[in-house]
Parts: sequence; structure tokens; C-alpha cells
Amino acid sequence: MNKILLIIKREYLSRVKKKSFLITTLLIPLLTSGLISTVIYFASTSEQKQLISVYDESGVFTQKIKGNSSFQIQYVNLGLDEKIDTVLSRTNADIFLHIYPFKNNQPDSFILYKNGGVSLIAKEYINDELTNIFQVKQMQDAGINKLQIDSIHKSTISVKSYNLDNHQETSSEIASVIGYVMGFLIYIIIFIYGAGVMRGVMEEKTNRIAEVIISSVRPFELMMGKIIGIAFVGFTQFGLWFILLLLFKVALPLFMPSLQPTMPMAMAGMSNMHDTMQVISQSENAKMYATIMGQNWGLIIGCFLFYFLGGYFLYAAMFAAVGSLVNEDPQEAQQLTLPITMPIIFGFIIMASTVKDPNSSLALFGSMFPLTSPIVMLARIPYDVPTWQIIVSMALLVLGFLLMTWLSAKIYRTGILMYGKKVTWKEVIKWLKYH
Amino acid sequence: MLQLLHLKKYYATQKAVDDISFTVPQGSIFGLLGPNGAGKSSILRMVTGITMPDEGQILFNQEPFDMAKHSGLIGYMPEERGLYKKMKIGEQVLYLAQLKGLSKQDALAKIKYWFQKLEMESWWNKKVEDLSKGMSQKLQFVTTVLHQPKLLILDEPFSGLDPVNSEVIKNEIFELAKQGTTIIFSTHRMEQVEEICQHIVLINQGKIILEGQVPEIKQRFKLGEYKLVVDGNLEPFTKFIHSNNGNEFVLRFQDKKEYRQVLQYCLDHQFDILNFNEILPSLHEIFIQEVEGTAGRKFDR
Repeated sequence: MNKILLIIKREYLSRVKKKSFLITTLLIPLLTSGLISTVIYFASTSEQKQLISVYDESGVFTQKIKGNSSFQIQYVNLGLDEKIDTVLSRTNADIFLHIYPFKNNQPDSFILYKNGGVSLIAKEYINDELTNIFQVKQMQDAGINKLQIDSIHKSTISVKSYNLDNHQETSSEIASVIGYVMGFLIYIIIFIYGAGVMRGVMEEKTNRIAEVIISSVRPFELMMGKIIGIAFVGFTQFGLWFILLLLFKVALPLFMPSLQPTMPMAMAGMSNMHDTMQVISQSENAKMYATIMGQNWGLIIGCFLFYFLGGYFLYAAMFAAVGSLVNEDPQEAQQLTLPITMPIIFGFIIMASTVKDPNSSLALFGSMFPLTSPIVMLARIPYDVPTWQIIVSMALLVLGFLLMTWLSAKIYRTGILMYGKKVTWKEVIKWLKYH
Repeated sequence: MLQLLHLKKYYATQKAVDDISFTVPQGSIFGLLGPNGAGKSSILRMVTGITMPDEGQILFNQEPFDMAKHSGLIGYMPEERGLYKKMKIGEQVLYLAQLKGLSKQDALAKIKYWFQKLEMESWWNKKVEDLSKGMSQKLQFVTTVLHQPKLLILDEPFSGLDPVNSEVIKNEIFELAKQGTTIIFSTHRMEQVEEICQHIVLINQGKIILEGQVPEIKQRFKLGEYKLVVDGNLEPFTKFIHSNNGNEFVLRFQDKKEYRQVLQYCLDHQFDILNFNEILPSLHEIFIQEVEGTAGRKFDR
């Protein structure tokens, strides 16, 4: 049997046969779904309302601020010489809003008091309400009647977007969610499995088995065998998760039929974007579902696989090189991985802005530069990227992978035999010149 | 079997191997000696194809060394032993043997043979981390010789072994040599070298300082000293006496005439000669003497 195959087989089996592999494979989806259910639970059950006591000295806002599912409003008066501290306890309220008298018919000060800080949501809510009421007052002062004002409030505009290539309606919101989720997945994959490669190399170096093995095979074969073996571990894990997901999808309606409509909402929630949440109302669920299904999934999945492999191989080679530099000190590993983790994190940051503005020059750069393209390009794919850009990005990724593997192999084969002393990057650069 | 021609390996701060040439004859037990940091491991790493020489050539059976072709013919036990700690021993030995090019069936048969021979049958499902240092040493030896290498390279093979296991391994080495395996034996333990090796090369600071057959080297470094144990008085020969302890004398002669003279004197006076032999220097003494002259490697990091 070919030697590299033997190495791949050992790297794969020694990981997959471990109990911890099975446990993490089962535990990660459990934890993730647990987390999502918790979010849904808290989002769907109305939390306890906060009581806001309002002392309105201007008289403009009296009886006009409306409560909502989170806040309840009551109007109070401040006793003579009463201190603000005592108002909250006297009126049993959580928050106290003090509206000062208008000066020259213009608003003066609005102050919120609370034991502890005032939450951003409370502040935004009060701000919006007061602004609304004041605008209405100004309109009324200008002579617009109430009917007209109501009709002004009801008139909103909704922009639709069509893709000229296939004349289908597109949804930027959904595209951004899909892009975000996929970019995030790649980010996680690079970190988890890349670090796995690094640990494997460190193990071989500190166990001193590396020297025994590279008297039988070339260092490059050992390095690539490990990287490919761990890639298969990743495939296996993803395969198992996919099966679990299918089982879950089949089993879920049997147990909890009521939960299902909220699933897409949960997905949107994961993106953590307010605008998305606001746009998607319950009635639009069906339409959204259709839009999701209408995405070019062939392209998305194809690109996902390509960038998954490309990104993983590119970074795994770098992680292997770093692993070969580490002696037994885990702190050293942390320092040495910094040059690798920085571009990954940059990629993630660029990706976060790319989902909002997929055609910015930053997004274009991020999706071309091999160290960030696996994360950033995936966030752009759902927005229909020009084909030439995808081709250039893929070609650059392949080139980057070849170059990085070549450099890493040079560092690796020297580093793996270097014991005892701490290595500096300056020396490492010298190693690149060895032949 | 193996020829090293003008090998050079320079690192940034030192010349680890500086123009070294020697030949390891087929079927010999060859000692590669030197103090710590002399360049032994660097040479062995080049011979095993782990690193490439900067200059020079390695010939294996008169052909330039080619890893793909020759790595299966070499067994290498590095000084820093290494095995996967968490992998089962049986699987591990099988894996390493397959990497050397053995088929699975072939490897299994050989593992069975060696495990029986060295009483290791119960180890198959154990892990290396469960073994004592001596036991893992024995295991390492088995993984090194399993694929019947033509050239066996052992770097300090006895370190960490108790006398019983040392004896077991030593006998295995002799048996392999008898079967025609060429053995390179790297160490700084001279008593073992004297016992085991036929040829030696002594290196220091990346250069060869001594080379040859063990008996021939001893002859070369002898001081003309003889030990004579005699029941009598050697009064007339005080100029020859180097030291004496009761009736045991160490005598130093310039030529054979002189010692015949002394012996004749003993015979004439009817002294009982209990012992008379030539004192040859031990390799240990030669080693110390030669290495001290060059004063070890200077470290200039």
C-alpha cells in the first residue's frame, strides 16, 4: 500500500475510533440546538413587563405614551421636596422618566432614572415614543388634522429587488443570513480542524516519533497524510451531523408540531441582525421559505465544498508548520499561532461587513485574498457574484494553497527535528532557504 | 555497504559535519563514536535520509542514496526514542512495519516471531504509556529490526536498559550481525564499543579524529607497557619500572630486547613468573586523550 495512504488511514482511524470523537459529534448539535431553543423560548415567552413612572412637567406627553409588551407606563406626580430616589419605591416602578417643562415651546430635558443602568432597549423605546408624540404635536400645531396624520403614519414603502439574470425576486435579508451562516461555518472549521492538525504535529514532535517516521517517509508525506486524514475526520463529522439533522427534521413534527413555523425565525435570529428580524413577519414565512428554496443551492454548496477544502488545506499547512516549531510549552504554541489566527479573524470581520455590502471594495479584496477568501467569498455567493470573480478567487486560493504548503513543508521538515531551544521567526525564515 | 564521501552539513552557527568520509564494510559492526554534540546524530540523520547533506555524497551499495529505494533496507533507532504513547502497541508496530514497505501479512508474521522471542506477546493491546522505560526500549528495538534491514543504525541502544535486557539486546545484535546485517553503532560508552565493534570512527567537532580496526588502533596507541607479576626483586631494572604494587610491576620498554632482558633475569634467579602481559590502552583512554586534545565543541549561539 502507498505510504501516504497508510498515514492517512492511521490519522483518520486513530481519531475517529476515539470515544471523544463520538461524544463531541453528538454533543455539539445537542448544545447548539439547546442554545437555539433557549433563544426561541426567551424570545417567544413575554418577559416580565417593566413599569415606567412618568413625571411630565411639560404636559405635552401626558396620557400619550403607549405601553408595549415589555413596558408599562404610569403617570405620577412628584411630591414637594420629594427626592428621585424615593419615587421608584413609592410608585413601585422600575424606571422613572422625568420630563422637564418646555422652554419657549421647545423641549428641554428628558431624563431616565433607574437603580443600576438603563437598558438600551428601554432608552430606545422611550426615545422613539417621545419623538413620535412630539412630531405629531408639531404637525397638529401646523394645522394638519388627525386623520391626515394617521394616514401619513400608515404610508410605508417596501422595495423589492429582482435579479436580471433570472428575473426572480431576490431577498437581501435571506442572502445575508445564508452568507453569514456559511462564512461562520468555514471560520469554525478552519479553527477546529486546523488546531487539530497542529496538535497532531506537536504530539509527534514531543513524542519523538517524527524522527522514526521520517526515516521511512518524506516529511512532506507525513505532513500531507496528517492534513488529509484530518480532513476526512471533518467530512465524517459533517456527514454524521447531516444525518442527525435529517433525523431531527423527520422526528420533530411528530413530537412538537407547534415548534416548526418558528424554525426559520430561529435561523434569522442566529444572524443577530435587527433589520432582518423586523422585515420578516410571520405572514411572510411562506414567501421566505420559497425564497430560501429558490436560491442557487447547487452553486452555494459547490462553492462551500471548494472553499471548505481550500481554506482548510491552506490553513492546515500553516498550522502544521507552527506545530513543528513548538517544543513542549503550550504557551509557545499560543504565541506562534498568532500570525495564523490574525488573518482568520480579519476574514471574519470583513465577512461581517460583507453580508451588508457585498460589493464594497473591502469585500472584493477579502474575497480575492487567499487567506480571507474562504470566509468572505462564501458571504458574497448568495448575492450572485460575477463568475469571473469566483474563478479568479478560486485560482488565487489554489495558488495560495500551493505556495503556503510549499513554505510550510520547508519549515515543517526542519522544525520537526529541532528540539530544546525556542525558535524565532528570523531563524524560521532562514530555514526556508535550506534545500 | 555504505560510503560517505566528503559529507558536509553546516547550520547557521556551527559546522555540524565538516568534510567527513568513511566506509562501512558489508557485515561489520561499525562504531561511530564521539562526545556529545560531535556531529554523530547529524551524520546518522543524513545516512537515513532524514536530512540532506549540504555537500558530499552517500553511496549505498555503490549507488547514490535514494530514500524511496533504500529506506526499506535501513533500520534506524534514534537516540531520542519515539513511539505514539496512546496507540495500541500491536497496531503501532504493524503501522511502522508497513511504512517500511512490508505487507500486512508479512508484518504480522514477523511481529509474532519477535514478540515471542522477546516475551512480549501480552503487549499487543497495551499502550506505550503503560510500559516502563526499559520495556518501551525493547519495543523500539523490535520496531527497528522487524523489516530485516540490511543496514541497522543504533544510536545509544543500551541507554535505559537494565543489565538483563541489555544482554538480551546485545545478543540479538550479535545474531543479526552473524546473519550478515551491517550495523552502525553510535555511542559514547567505550566499554560497549570494545565489546561489540570491529571498526570505529571517532569524530569531534564535526571532523574525524581517529579511524580504523579496534585491535589496530589499540596497537597504534600502546605505550610499550607490560604487566609483570613476579615473586622476586627487580632491583637492577628500576629504570624500566613505571609503577609497582607489591610484586606487581608495570614496566615500560622501548623495544623487545629490554623485556627479554628482564624475563631472562627472572628466569636466571628462579623467580616465579605468575603473570606477564602487554598492556594495551582501553578505547576509553584513547577517546579521552584524543578528545581532550581538541577540547570539545565551543558553543557560539
